[in-house]
Parts: sequence; structure tokens; C-alpha cells
Amino acid sequence: MKAHASGANGAAALASTDAPFARLAGTTRRFGELTALDNVTLDVNAGELIGLLGPNGAGKSTLLSLVQGRRRPTSGTVELFGGSPSDARSRLRLGSTPQETALPDTLRVGEVVDLVAAHYPDRVPTAEIADEFGFSELLRRQCGSLSGGQKRRIAVALAFVGRPKLVLLDEPTTGLDVDARHVLWSAIRRHHAAGTTVVVTSHYLEEIEALAERVIVIDHGRVLADDTLTAVRDRVMSAVVELASPEPERVAALPHVVRDEVVGEGAAAAGRLRLTVDDADAFVRELVTSGAAFERLTVRGASLEEAFLALTLTEQATPLAASDRSAS
Amino acid sequence: MTSTAARPADAPRASTAPALPLYAMHLRMLVIETLRVPIAVIGTMAFPALSLLFFVVPNRAVAEDPVFATQAVLGLAVFAVMVSALFNLGLTVAENREKPWDPYLRSLPLPAMVRIAAQISSTAVFSFLAIVPVLIVGAVATEASVSVIGLVAGLLALAVTSIPFLLLGASIGYAFSSKAAIAVIQVGMFGFAFGGGLFFPPQLFPEWLETLSRFFPSRHARELTLAAVEGTTPELWMLAGAIAWTLGTALLALWLYRRDEGRRYR
Repeated sequence: MKAHASGANGAAALASTDAPFARLAGTTRRFGELTALDNVTLDVNAGELIGLLGPNGAGKSTLLSLVQGRRRPTSGTVELFGGSPSDARSRLRLGSTPQETALPDTLRVGEVVDLVAAHYPDRVPTAEIADEFGFSELLRRQCGSLSGGQKRRIAVALAFVGRPKLVLLDEPTTGLDVDARHVLWSAIRRHHAAGTTVVVTSHYLEEIEALAERVIVIDHGRVLADDTLTAVRDRVMSAVVELASPEPERVAALPHVVRDEVVGEGAAAAGRLRLTVDDADAFVRELVTSGAAFERLTVRGASLEEAFLALTLTEQATPLAASDRSAS
Repeated sequence: MTSTAARPADAPRASTAPALPLYAMHLRMLVIETLRVPIAVIGTMAFPALSLLFFVVPNRAVAEDPVFATQAVLGLAVFAVMVSALFNLGLTVAENREKPWDPYLRSLPLPAMVRIAAQISSTAVFSFLAIVPVLIVGAVATEASVSVIGLVAGLLALAVTSIPFLLLGASIGYAFSSKAAIAVIQVGMFGFAFGGGLFFPPQLFPEWLETLSRFFPSRHARELTLAAVEGTTPELWMLAGAIAWTLGTALLALWLYRRDEGRRYR
């Protein structure tokens, strides 16, 4: 078995002395030509609250489906509570959310809760879980008649109905308004405080920041970062700088630039540059000191997508981005 | 590699929930789902009775002969159960695999056998209801007749011999997309119906077809049900064939379920 070495450096402090609840070792999963998960090694340890962050199609859901035993890895191993995830017994202390569109339209909410709860030895009573997640008044309604937000609350509640030790929440608050999102967040925090280990996926940086202690950034099926929230946040604190300059090559070659592109079309653009930088303050100082001519400087925070890209490029150790002009 | 070391200390290996209550829960929910959208089963329930009404009843040579009429009603009763089993189960399983609810259920501590058994049983309930219209039309509009003991024995034989069709329906559902499943089921359904002598009695078959027919599960179902209704002793090949198909389709369904990972991505 592979040693518990890679990945979780930031998690070491959080991990208890117990063996990991879930473990991926050199795990790869392909769908035909597509490699959805590429040689991923990580442990989920007791008591953690892990944010799995990545854009759509990064491999987050594939990773969860392997831990749930719904799919098997193409190569490498996946363990759940020390056993095979495809053995139903290994899943006794695992809770997951269905997609919100998954709830059977014709079944009533109470029936769905009872069906899921029937699989667990120590279930939360229907009234109690409905009260906690705020759908007591919906128990008699058929799932098909519910709004997206109502379905999502029920979907998240289903993950907790069997009093699991490990909960996998796939995009738990997508499509929810701010209030509903905060209600769910506090429920997740409360369960974590009560001892449940939680893995939550999201493509919202904000959500991960609000919840997670350990953050795993994943893209193109690979783990880009696996560290404490603070450490990862610092690394994705990129900004986007736009300016016009007659000497674009010189500006793009300055320190802290991880990516550059020319924006606008033809003469009107006149050397308008968009730069992704890993530290906006330091970059601006460098720019001024360099004496390069520039005008119409704007700075804004990088979107998550841009931050990921910055992170990827930093990881690949290509500090001189001037040769990367063709990147879009 | 020993895996015992990797187990959390506070976690003795528990077993899943008792299979029978879990099975009952899944069965109940599947039946409820079907009953709330009953139109899906009405089609397969009406079709065999209509076949009897349009093809057998107007043919007075058959309808007015007690032996032929009984055989025709029995053949269509087997047909009714077979169509319902293949169509309802095959299509339901294939469609469910394409929805996200089934993949979710697979993430629960739910043994494969429990889910398959529940899906098969819920379909079996409605498959069996499909016989009722056939029996009514047969009793009212033909000379078909049966003793009470014969009827009970026949229904029991039909229930048991329909198991391979249910397992085959489930297998088709696990192996194909819903669109492909429809095509496969239609071809299989009519092949089994004609080949098994459900539409025309096998006595009228040429010799080669009669021999071939003895390998069809529909033929086994027809002959065993007929033997039960008439109180005769079934021949060895009928029993052996039915048992072989039951075991074979059970293994196939279980293997396909375990292999299945929901919708395929290419």
C-alpha cells in the first residue's frame, strides 16, 4: 500500500489518530478517451471539513462517485472506511446528496426521506430532519411539485438522515438564494461541530471559504493544491490588471505576471494588455519602478477561473509568461 | 496487503439493514410510483386482451372448440405476462439508469440483490394483473374452460415460469439505453411469442421449428402452464429448460447490475 505521504500536508494537524475514512491512492478514472481523474492520491481523515474546489468538469463529481462506489477506478485504489466502496457494508456510515433533479417526481417528500432512512441502522426521525432543514410543511407534497431550492434542501437533508460519519455534499447550494445558502451552511457547520466529517464540492470560492478548513483544488482531473484554506486562498489571491502600453513585451515580462494576453482588435487596441498577476500590489510597484510607459491602468480581483489558471501556471513553474501569448 | 489496519478503531464492520424490510420498503415505493402514473401499465395490460378479442374470438373454429380456445387463452395469458415483464421491467430499468435517482440509490448501503428483487417484484405484480383482462375475455367470448384447481395451478405455474422473462427484462434494461431497449424488447417479444407457440399451437409447427421451439422460455412457460391447467405430468425437457433459463438469466442480471455504472460517457 502506498504511504500516506502526498497531498494532505495542511491536513496533518487536523487529522485524528484514526485511519482515514476515505483514501484514494494513485487513482485514475477514464471515460473512453477522456481522463476524468488523473492519478489522484488523497486521504479524508476523521473530523475534517474539506472543500473540493474546481470548475465544472474538473473531476469533482467523478471523485465523489468513486468514493460512493458508484463507479470503479480505471487504475489505482479507492477505500472507504478501510473497505471497498462497492461493498454496500462500507457505505453504512456514508451520506450523500442526490442531484436536486433526482428526487422521484411522484413520491411524497416524507416517503423519500423514509426510503433513504431505511438503509441506516440509526436514522434521524423524519419530523426532526424536516424541522432542521426547514421542510416540515412539505412532507406531504410530491417531489415533482417542489421548487429547485426546496428540492436542494431536501437533497442535503437526505445526506444526514442516517447519522453518517462521512458526508459528501456535491454542490449543495447551487441555485439557492443567499438566505437559503446561509441556512444550509450553518447546518453543515453544526453537523461538522458534532463530529461529522464533511467533503463539500463547489465551484464557488465563497462557499469553500465559508465552510472548509482544508481545501483541495482540482482541475483536469488532477489535484493542483491540497492545503489549509488560508494557504490556498493566498495562492489564488490573483488579480487581473489591464493597461495600455507601447511596450507590451516588457510589461508582460515583469515579475508576478503569470499570464498575459492582448485584448481588443486592431489599431484601436493599441497594445491593450490583460495580465493575470499573483500579487497586484507588488506588480504595480514593479511596473512603476521599471519605467515602462503605460496608461489607463485598471486592477480587479481575479475570477475563480482566472485564479485557477494562475495557480496552474504557477504550479508548472513557468514564471516568464511572455512566450504564452497565444493562450486565451 | 492487510486491510484491517486501515479500519478506524471505533468502526467494527457492521452489516447492512435487514434485507427483508429494506426489500419491502423499495417494493412499496416502486408500486406507489407506478400507481401514481398508472397509464404506463394500462397499455401492456390491454394489448394481450385486445389480441384475444381481435384474432381469436372472430375465429369461431378456435373460439368454439374448448380445447383450442383454452390453449389460445393460455397462450395469450403467457404472452401478457411476458410482454409486461419484458416491457415494463426492461424499459423502467433502462430509463431509471438514465436518471440521477438510481445512481444515488447505489451510493446508499443497499445490496444489489435487494434492489433487483424489488424492481422485479413490483413489475411482477402488474404483469400478473395483465392476465385478468385475458381471462375475462376468454371466459366471456370463447368456449375456453378450466376447473378451479386447474386455474389456481395454472396461475402458479405461470408465476414461476415468468421469472426468466422478468430477469431478462432487467438484463436488457441494464445492458441497453432506453431507446435501444425498446427495439431489443420488441424483436425478442415477437420472436419468443411465435417461437414459443403462444400465437399458433406448436402442433402446427414444421418439425425443425418444433425442435427449435423447445429451447424457448416462452415454450417452457406455455407447456408447463398447460400441464398445470390440465393436470398432466410435465415432460423433463420443459422443466430442465425452465430451470436453465431461470438460472442463466439470474446470473446475467446480477452480472450486468454489478457492471453497470449508470449512463455511459463516451
